[in-house]
Amino acid sequence: MSEYAEKIRGIAKKLLDDGTVDMVIGFRKGTMPLINEPCFVKDAAKVDALVWDSSCGVNLANYLPKRKEKIGVVAKGCDSRNIVTHIVENQITREQLYIIGVPCTGMVDRRKIRLAVGKEILSVSEADGKITVTGDGYEEVLDKQEMLQDNCAICIHRNPVISDEVIADPVEEQTDVDRYADVKAVEAMDPEARWNHFEQLLDGCIRCYACRNACPLCYCPTCFVDESQPQWVGKSVDKTDTRTFHFLRAYHCAGRCTDCGACERACPVGIPVRQFTKKLEKDCKELFDWEAGMSLDVRPPLDTYRPEDPDEFIK
Amino acid sequence: MRVIKIDKKDWESGVEKLSGDYSLYGPVKQGAFHNFAPLEKGQMPDLDYVNTRLSPKSVVYPQCETMFEYTLDENQPDHHVNKEIPKDYSPRAILGIRPCDVKAIDLVNINFDNPQYQDPWWVQRRAALTTVALACNNPCSTCFCTTAGTGPFDDSSADVLLADMGDYYLAKVMTEKGEALVGKAGFDQDGSAEAGAIDDAAKAAEAKITSKIETGKLGDKVTTELYDADFWEDIAFACINCGTCTYLCPTCWCFDIQDEVQGSDGCRMRNWDTCMSALFTLHGTGHNPRPNKTARVRQRFMHKLKYYVDKYENGIACVGCGRCVQQCPVNIDIRRVCDLMNRFEPGKECA
Ligand code: SF4
Ligand code: SF4
Ligand code: SF4
Ligand code: SF4
Ligand code: SF4
Repeated sequence: MSEYAEKIRGIAKKLLDDGTVDMVIGFRKGTMPLINEPCFVKDAAKVDALVWDSSCGVNLANYLPKRKEKIGVVAKGCDSRNIVTHIVENQITREQLYIIGVPCTGMVDRRKIRLAVGKEILSVSEADGKITVTGDGYEEVLDKQEMLQDNCAICIHRNPVISDEVIADPVEEQTDVDRYADVKAVEAMDPEARWNHFEQLLDGCIRCYACRNACPLCYCPTCFVDESQPQWVGKSVDKTDTRTFHFLRAYHCAGRCTDCGACERACPVGIPVRQFTKKLEKDCKELFDWEAGMSLDVRPPLDTYRPEDPDEFIK
Repeated sequence: MRVIKIDKKDWESGVEKLSGDYSLYGPVKQGAFHNFAPLEKGQMPDLDYVNTRLSPKSVVYPQCETMFEYTLDENQPDHHVNKEIPKDYSPRAILGIRPCDVKAIDLVNINFDNPQYQDPWWVQRRAALTTVALACNNPCSTCFCTTAGTGPFDDSSADVLLADMGDYYLAKVMTEKGEALVGKAGFDQDGSAEAGAIDDAAKAAEAKITSKIETGKLGDKVTTELYDADFWEDIAFACINCGTCTYLCPTCWCFDIQDEVQGSDGCRMRNWDTCMSALFTLHGTGHNPRPNKTARVRQRFMHKLKYYVDKYENGIACVGCGRCVQQCPVNIDIRRVCDLMNRFEPGKECA
């Protein structure tokens, strides 16, 4: 992975030196194992701060909307799809961006690793698909594939779909994954079981909105839950209000969600919020053969009408 | 203060005796982590934990609480009158709270119970509370309590401090409330002969704390210069203004007041608020004096590490529990920010 970092630094330096961009958005080394911090670099002398490893899960597309600068941005597969979505939705222009594409082999789930190890982790290194964690008097080697974020484990677009420069050869895309096993399990439930499933899922939500704020799609100047005239949703942790927040947010992401997992990664209490968006993603795939953020040239299904659009579901 | 000894085999029966006199709260496992929750009759606190995901502040200061109820029905004689709703102030005890979290309750008290203001609900709940703290023999790498005004064996805020000695606890009974509780539990074996062992364990635990912050120079900084420091944009960049840090924090005390009306019945409630949210400072006019995330991130750190320091002169508004460090989704680390603030000198770049 350090070759990746070297490549990113080199490109960043070149872009800043020759004035192609005003800033490069990437990651700097975290203060703890298993998490790196999104950062910007404006000074070519400081590109060495940029790092790359399997703890760069945060979706950097989230840092782009409405920025005025010319920006070099490091982008994994999912970030690149959210960048496409931003461009299509006029949140930033293609001309402002220099996209540094990173073929991705998946980002690890820090909580999964902590759970698997069960002891405090003091340092982490990775090589050849293995993650080595060490702590007080122990060392453990884990299979990276088994420690991936749930969304990364089923990702089928690991290579950036749009870029100005890619830092390495494309990685092999995963083909033998069932992207919707979890959704199908919920679809198979009777209404009561389904209701209980979602009730349990949301139990413990503290309405902090980390899921919303981590999501690149949630850039509305005023989110519907924050609106006070009229006030659509109550602000306490009342179950109905919490549910309303999650269901409506998911609908706002319909046909736009790239399953980047940023929402889930951010939740401080570990709620698998992708359970809501994935059903809509599956519907979009099945009804409109649509995957979000794959092309700058096709309008998303929810803002176009075609006479042949399927309408079985409203009959 | 006196020291008593509690054999672990007597612990459960003692806790059971308490449940008649107190509502008990303690750490319980909820999925992958622990949180404080009410203990059912016969349920024991799970003391095999390092720190809870959410702080126990909600026992005294719930995330959401209804303060008043009213009716808008003009046929009712008392329509449009806020009526305070009755609350439960019966004795409660938190078993196994960490010393830093008890310290945090004292710290928040400065806001809710002071010569100017006394928040009735906080004051009464706190008066009803007895804390049985559990000293940390094995602090984790993100704990920086010893340089945040407390420590793994800090006994200055708790009513009782338990030190785990293997087969038994040594308990420092610090207050009258603590005496009442151990009396009701039937814990009365003298432990004074072993008091020295607590000090030894405290030294050993403190020595394990590797994470430290420097706060000594914060008070001397010129507020406006620190406010205008060049590092805020860099620090704030990654922040998504989610509020995780403040909701998990044992010392964050801000709240919002909301009215909710259904039909003609209304209630006025207060909910935790967070200075990370744009709504926190949004005026009715639409003007927002903290218009962007850099301003909001600066507020959080300036409040904890400068305004509070200057106003109360008793240290920082942080007990070093490390929750925000561990759970911030983008790794904004108060230790790093504190270091930048403490080292800050106007005109010198230090980011
Ligand atoms: S809803 Fe979640 S998975 Fe979908 S784009 Fe937003 S952050 Fe990513
Ligand atoms: S991040 Fe988690 S706790 Fe916060 S609002 Fe979203 S689901 Fe709820
Ligand atoms: S938890 Fe982190 S990202 Fe969220 S508001 Fe706090 S500092 Fe910002
Ligand atoms: S600021 Fe962070 S470390 Fe300090 S008390 Fe709050 S949550 Fe704990
Ligand atoms: S102003 Fe912010 S940092 Fe200070 S107590 Fe309120 S929420 Fe916490």
